[in-house]
Amino acid sequence: MARKDKMSGNEAVATAMRQIEPDVMAAFPITPSTEIPQYYSKFIADGKVDTEFIAVESEHSAMSACMGASAAGARAVTATSSAGLAYMWEVLYIVASSSLPVVMAVVNRALSAPININNDHSDSMGARDTGWIQLYAESNQEVYDNYIQAFSIAEACRLPVMVCQDGFITSHGVSNIELLEDSEVKDFVGEYMPADYLLKSENPLAIGPFGVSSYYMEIKRKQAESMKASMPIITEVADKYAKLSGRQYSFFEEYMMDDADIALLIIGSSAGTAKATVNLLRSEGKKVGLIKLRVFRPFPRESLAKAMCKVKAVAIMDKAESFSNSGGPLFSEARSSLYDLPNKPYAINYIYGLGGRDITVEHFCEIYNDLFAIIDSNDPGDVYRYIGVRDSRFK
Amino acid sequence: MENINLTEIRWHGRGGQGAKTACMLLADAAFNSGKHVQGFPEYGPERMGAPITAYNRISDAHCDVHSNIYYPNYVVVVDETLLNSVDVTSGLHEAGALIVNSKKTPEEIRQKVNGYPGKICVVDATAISLETIGKNFPNTPMLAATVKITNLIETNKFLQDMEESLKHKFSKKPHLIAGNIAAFKKSMEEVLVG
Repeated sequence: MARKDKMSGNEAVATAMRQIEPDVMAAFPITPSTEIPQYYSKFIADGKVDTEFIAVESEHSAMSACMGASAAGARAVTATSSAGLAYMWEVLYIVASSSLPVVMAVVNRALSAPININNDHSDSMGARDTGWIQLYAESNQEVYDNYIQAFSIAEACRLPVMVCQDGFITSHGVSNIELLEDSEVKDFVGEYMPADYLLKSENPLAIGPFGVSSYYMEIKRKQAESMKASMPIITEVADKYAKLSGRQYSFFEEYMMDDADIALLIIGSSAGTAKATVNLLRSEGKKVGLIKLRVFRPFPRESLAKAMCKVKAVAIMDKAESFSNSGGPLFSEARSSLYDLPNKPYAINYIYGLGGRDITVEHFCEIYNDLFAIIDSNDPGDVYRYIGVRDSRFK
Repeated sequence: MENINLTEIRWHGRGGQGAKTACMLLADAAFNSGKHVQGFPEYGPERMGAPITAYNRISDAHCDVHSNIYYPNYVVVVDETLLNSVDVTSGLHEAGALIVNSKKTPEEIRQKVNGYPGKICVVDATAISLETIGKNFPNTPMLAATVKITNLIETNKFLQDMEESLKHKFSKKPHLIAGNIAAFKKSMEEVLVG
């Protein structure tokens, strides 16, 4: 039975964590993810959970402790943001490459400099090539649902999962949520019973050995295959979760796409604001749609390209700058996925929301108007753009 | 487009005065009366005394929007000195209201906010707080005035609800419960609408 409540996204993650009761949590505080270990420490202090909390001295150590615990056969979790995630860099690769199903709550925050505590996706987008599965959420409800599904995905795929939400916007914003019963969550994730682990004496195992040139490449090829193999598992877990919760998840959500002429492709909380814009423009008879990407790793290349091909022009929204001189990370991959298709739409990149810069319904109206102008004139113009930036030199 | 009957509220206060807490309590109370709610402050480098902003969206069905609020139905000003430095009525609907913690009359306030033509409500939240709670917590009376003026929650239901949550919050300081409830009631009685 679902229980209606209201809470912030951080509290939602901590609540899901309490319901799952992992064996080990290792964490170091950093805004805006600090509340997650804070709430969870209280659950431990109040005797509500029996998790070993390791108060480490840095994020590098937090991820290292998760790696050790996971290798030893424990269900291990952490939470971080921004510079904390950056400080874990080295160990992120080791965890993924060692097939350790660690689950990490990432509360997305900008990277320095200048120092900024607000939301953008530069932290987790920077970690996109570390071999972790990445799930993104629009709301507190979605981050709760993603967090519960993450364990089933990670443990079936033997890959670590980042469960991302937008710092402050959903992490600290309180809104309505439907929680599952504790027993339903426990049953859904089940007991963690890895087939092999470091402390299993009857089956000795080496984790993290030296890999010479004559083996290394085969291992990396196999790791790439495991990311591909995670796709049907992500779908299976979503379907199983839908039966339990009534909420169906997929790699992406299509909103008003069936007869749309133009669309946005977007990740995270701003998708909500964009949906309100779709509703507004639809009420004026304009055929606009939206695609919200939930799973960035593995990237759903084929199905996403097919969805984008329903329209004549798509604005690909990046809440992170790549400094590549060729657009943000979502743009590069989504646009590349269209390359082989005959009826591909114009694909325009908008960098938005860096360091907490707000994006509003009015901004999204402007973007949809740009797209209408592009399909009317058959001229995409410069495809690498910014929205919501003050400096007129960079229009 | 579905009509979700959305009310948007913007809070202006100074760090340490409890504007964020009042915003969160309003979200709680509206949730308890069956509404869909959002309560979120605008985060930055907070310091005691620095201007802060917090927001509420209260509606009959889920609201998707995740931006700040630029065209509020109501604006609540917890610290009157902000009228000198912050354009508090920016975007405020004429059919809405500005609610200010002040000893001044609504007409005196109107002159300080570029003649905002809508309703201006005043309540001396600082004095009420000192009298009932014994300390300057202007957020408590401002929350009650906001509930009264916005009519979003039935006032008796709100008071019952707050009593419950205060019992929980101040389980070790029960003397604070009666003071806070008195502050709520007094503010609802004294808020002047002009």
